[in-house]
Amino acid sequence: MEIHVNGEVTTFEGEIIPDLLIVRGFQPQQSGLAVAVNGAVVSRSAWKQTFLNHGDKVEIVQIVRGG
Amino acid sequence: MISTALEGGLQIAGKTFSSRLLIGTSRYPNQQVMLDAISASGAEIITVSVRRVSFESGGEGIFDLLRGKYQFLPNTAGCFTARDAVITAELAREALETNWVKLEVIGDEETLFPDVEELLKAAEELVKKDFIVLPYCNDDPITCRKLQAIGCAAVMPLAAPIGSGMGIRNPYNLRIIREQCSLPLIVDAGVGTASDAALAMELGMDGVLLNTAVAGAQNPVRMAKAMKLGIQGGRLAFESGRIPRKLYATASSPSEGMVDL
Repeated sequence: MEIHVNGEVTTFEGEIIPDLLIVRGFQPQQSGLAVAVNGAVVSRSAWKQTFLNHGDKVEIVQIVRGG
Repeated sequence: MISTALEGGLQIAGKTFSSRLLIGTSRYPNQQVMLDAISASGAEIITVSVRRVSFESGGEGIFDLLRGKYQFLPNTAGCFTARDAVITAELAREALETNWVKLEVIGDEETLFPDVEELLKAAEELVKKDFIVLPYCNDDPITCRKLQAIGCAAVMPLAAPIGSGMGIRNPYNLRIIREQCSLPLIVDAGVGTASDAALAMELGMDGVLLNTAVAGAQNPVRMAKAMKLGIQGGRLAFESGRIPRKLYATASSPSEGMVDL
C-alpha cells in the first residue's frame, strides 16, 4: 500500500506504526519521537495496536533545537 | 501584586526554579558551545522545537543529550493556526513526556508577531487538555489578562521582535502588565544584551527567555554569564525598591560642618 510519511508518498509493506519506524531506520523504543496519523497524535502505548491503511498521512517528529 | 514577591526563586505551576533565565537551544556555533553557554547561564528551563525526523541523519539526539539535566519547554514555533499549535504541543508532550509548552502562534513571517485570535483559541484548548501553557504574546495588557483568565501558567510578553535584539521597546506596557497580572511574567523575545535583561527584571518581570542574544554573540558562553548576572542584578534592584527620579540634584554629602574659608 501507499502512505504519506512526512509529506512524501511511500510504499509500505508493514502493518503497524513500529513496522514503519523500523523500515525508516528508527528503533520504536527510541526516546524523543512522536507520531501522528491523519492529524491525530498516536500515543506511544497505542503504536502496536495502530494499523496503517492505504492513503494514511503519517507524521514522525523528533525534538530539535529551538528558541 | 507581585507573584513571587521577595523570594529567591521563579515559581511556575508549582515548581520552583532558582534561575530566572530561560534559554533556547538554537543557533549556537556548535554543540559544545551550546552546552557550555547553557551551563554558564545557570538556566534550568530550556526551549526546544518539534520537527519532522530526518531520515538521513537519524535525528539530532538533542533530547538524549539534555534530558534529566533541564526542564524541557517545547515550543510551537512556526505554527500559524491554533490547530497546528495544538497538534504540535501534543506531539511534543508525547516525545518529551512533559505537558509544558511554550505556545507560539505566529501571525506574520516578517515580524513573527503573535496572532492573538489564534493564540487565545490555542491556549484555551491546551489548558483544557491539561497542558502547562506559557504563551508568547504581545506586550498588550488586555491579551495578557485574557491569557491569565484562560488559565495559563505564566504570560510571556515580547520585548521586541524575535531575534531582533532591540531590547525593551515598551517598558510602560510591561509595567502596566505587571500591575494587572498576578501570574509569573517572563519577557520572551527581543533582549539583545545584559542591560536589556536587567531592565526587564527592574520592571518587575519574573524572568527572561532568550536565545539569539546569547547564541549569536561573539562569545556566547561569556554572554550567557552576562545575562545571568544582569538578571540577578535587575531582580535585586527591583526587590530593593529604587529611588524616585528627580529633575534636580540632591546633595549626598552633609551640608552641615562645612569649613569656612
